[in-house]
Amino acid sequence: MITLTVNQQTQTFDADGDMPLLWALRDILKLSGTKYGCGQGLCGACTVHLDGAPIRSCSIPLSAVAGKSITTIEGLSDDGSHPVQQAWKEINVPQCGYCQPGQMMSAAALLAYNAMPNDDDIDNAMSGNICRCGTYPRIKQAIKNAAKSGQEQ
Amino acid sequence: MSEQKRNDVSLLNRRQFLQASGVAGSGLLLGAPLLQAKPSAVPMDVLSGAKSNSEDFLRLNLFVELALDGTVRIVCHRSEMGQGIRTGLPQVLADEMGADWNKVQVIQGQANREYGSQNTDGSRSVRDFYLPMRKMGAAAREMLRQAAAKKWAVDAGQINVANHQLSDGKNTATFAEMATLAAQQSLPNLDSLKLKAKKDFNYIGKPIDGIDMPAFIQGKAEFGVDVELPDMVHASIERSPVLGGKLLSLDDKEALAVPGVIRVEKIQGRPLPAAFNAIEGVAVIASNTWAAQQGRKKLKLKWDLGANQTHGSEGYNKTLAASHDIEEGSLKLFEQGNVQKAFKTAEHIVEANYFVPYLAHASMEPPAATAIFKDGHCEVWACSQTPQSAQRQVAGSLGIKPENVTVHVTYLGGGFGRKSKPDFVAEAALLAKQIGKPVKVIWSREDDIRHDYLHAVCDTQLKAALDKNGKITAWQGSAALPSIGSTFGPADSMAGWELDQGFTDFPFEVANVELHRRKINAHMRIGWLRSVINIPMAFANGSLMGELAAAAKIDAKAFWLQSIGEDRSIKPRLSSYSNYGKNIAEYPNDTARAKAVIEKACANAGWNDPREAGVGFGLSYHYSFLAHVAVVAKVVMDGKSPKILSLHCVADAGQVVNPDRVKSQLEGAMIFGTSIAMYSEITTKDGVVEQGNFDGYRLARMSECPDIHIDIIEADDAPRGVGEPGVPPVAPAITNAIADAGGPRIRRLPVAKTLPV
Ligand code: FES
Ligand code: FES
Repeated sequence: MITLTVNQQTQTFDADGDMPLLWALRDILKLSGTKYGCGQGLCGACTVHLDGAPIRSCSIPLSAVAGKSITTIEGLSDDGSHPVQQAWKEINVPQCGYCQPGQMMSAAALLAYNAMPNDDDIDNAMSGNICRCGTYPRIKQAIKNAAKSGQEQ
Repeated sequence: MSEQKRNDVSLLNRRQFLQASGVAGSGLLLGAPLLQAKPSAVPMDVLSGAKSNSEDFLRLNLFVELALDGTVRIVCHRSEMGQGIRTGLPQVLADEMGADWNKVQVIQGQANREYGSQNTDGSRSVRDFYLPMRKMGAAAREMLRQAAAKKWAVDAGQINVANHQLSDGKNTATFAEMATLAAQQSLPNLDSLKLKAKKDFNYIGKPIDGIDMPAFIQGKAEFGVDVELPDMVHASIERSPVLGGKLLSLDDKEALAVPGVIRVEKIQGRPLPAAFNAIEGVAVIASNTWAAQQGRKKLKLKWDLGANQTHGSEGYNKTLAASHDIEEGSLKLFEQGNVQKAFKTAEHIVEANYFVPYLAHASMEPPAATAIFKDGHCEVWACSQTPQSAQRQVAGSLGIKPENVTVHVTYLGGGFGRKSKPDFVAEAALLAKQIGKPVKVIWSREDDIRHDYLHAVCDTQLKAALDKNGKITAWQGSAALPSIGSTFGPADSMAGWELDQGFTDFPFEVANVELHRRKINAHMRIGWLRSVINIPMAFANGSLMGELAAAAKIDAKAFWLQSIGEDRSIKPRLSSYSNYGKNIAEYPNDTARAKAVIEKACANAGWNDPREAGVGFGLSYHYSFLAHVAVVAKVVMDGKSPKILSLHCVADAGQVVNPDRVKSQLEGAMIFGTSIAMYSEITTKDGVVEQGNFDGYRLARMSECPDIHIDIIEADDAPRGVGEPGVPPVAPAITNAIADAGGPRIRRLPVAKTLPV
């Protein structure tokens, strides 16, 4: 039995401790907002927060997050009101949308720790997230907009 | 027997294949019979969250329902994969109908021939359905108007319909109030409908927010990988590593011992050609994805790999290059004048081979499908670009009729042509039947890259001559590539239409021309990828133009403009020219528009301004999917390593429906093109793809993404292609810029093969 907190709820798993967090979230908790893209830590589609820090859930076994607190896209806000989500919507960032939960989780983690990131900070924080549709320019702009709206508040 | 024949899978695939490649017409049969389709013939899907009781909805026509509360439901019958079609087409319909966009719901259409083609491929959704959607909207509006005319006893012509309201100046009514009466009106004649004038457009041409944005930003959109059915199991499939391989033996003892694994099932392949058939393989079925993957690793399989196991890129690429000298079996596509004579009197001659490797689609969502089989009926949910073709493939694979297959289309996490091949849907259907339970098949990234329908590797040899005024006097081309036709026919198939995409239709007036296609055997599943053969052809043509301009010491922009020449509609060289399935009189290729996008891209990039030392400028232009696109790249060399500073893109794609989505498609195309130019390559050894994931198959990341500037030239004619035409000119613009920045002339993609990037 492995116990952890997911989106502020305690969850107990009767599962193989080697199972990557990604599949536990998707197949057991049915939280399908977190996506599979590579299974190797190469694409960022599976990004979630572990005690606030961005991690690739495909590359972390369930046993390693026992007792920890996980936030997924479903827990970023109840209603899409997180500044990152709002900024994403504002300038229509998503194309197919598939990579976007991972992109938004990476962006939210970046802004939580660096409220006014410059271009290099954004590149560094976001280059682990691939978008095959090519939404990088809008992601960058949305992060800047979210940072600005955060400053204004 | 003849009925049987019509259901033959390979025949249907062939048709599918022609449609996908733009050879056949749209197949749209929109007209009275379609409008009169019984409401029951149109399944309304609740995938997209339209949960209201369908009894409250009154059908006005095949694409439109009106609810008693005034909600308008519009069917989107094309697949959403990032191009915004679930917004674009309903936006067109709502505009004509006079509906308020805030009261519109979009329903994803299931596979249904009544809709016409659902093959979301070839940049055709708006091009082919702009007018039909307007007619559907206008038809619904007319029924509302007729209803009001009866109720108010006035002439229908006096009634104005706008913003979800009807009014004759004296009376007014909402759509809700008129719904019941409207649904009782007879269907108007589609051909006599009056369509709105452009100046009256409310939504067409406006950057309406994507209808799916709220779902996307909350992770709530249901993709193919996300489908959940009660009692569902998960499958991971080990497929023949080589095309055409057969399973010799299977030992699944250890696999079955993995906790969570339920059973192991063989998937029977079919003889080549591959078509859209499931690949021979072994599926491990488990209670979750992870257990299925673990069990799969424990399978002990022996394969008869067959003839394609000798296929290796190293030797094959040499075969392609050598084939340009082999006349036997090759096809002379076109000849005019005498190129040899022209070369003799030329002032400058440039001759080179331009190479583009195999490419994989690598959509971020891998292929995924979920199926259930019960009482002779199969129901599937899949991220499919072609639900009707998936329906036929499933029917053929299971030996049932297409009517007994229901295909639900989920959101697609990217498609780029991969998801128009329903082999993965057939896998889920076969497994569902074999095990009698709902089953979800998700391909791993490695499965996706190793078992793709690859974009053809292509070696193009071009030779051109200039006279002393810099005029192109001769153009000789030779194309060596495995054909898409090989996936549906003989390995050395040479379907001529492929080369209509950039090889035979280069936009320069040249007196002496000779064009050949070489006979090449395919050893992999060859498919179409965003922009198709335009990718290697634009790279070859655009690079050659850069080289010719340099040889003649003419400014590249001036050289492009003078080579395109005077204003005219370009006459196709080949009488068989497919023109992307459209009548050339309606969709002419006008050189004035070509020159306009070039001029504008150069102006936007500051082509004529004083240039910073070390910054190389590269220009390319390409016409594909009936759209004109020019790209200017700016590059600096950091030692041996090129850095792309910016890409300035200008497109003319005719009438634009949603400028913001067109812009985002072009942004995406610039980045898709950057990946192709700089990073991506698939190679094979012993018949097996050598790359498996994003470490080996590189895609552009944010830090590698240049500044991107998009400009759209608005035109008044019919909509043209948008999703694909942005990609082809990117690579030659970049490599021309590298040469201009003092780097080497790159004739082989990706640049990463030659320079550190
Ligand atoms: S799926 Fe985890 S990084 Fe790609
Ligand atoms: S939006 Fe499609 S992969 Fe990023």
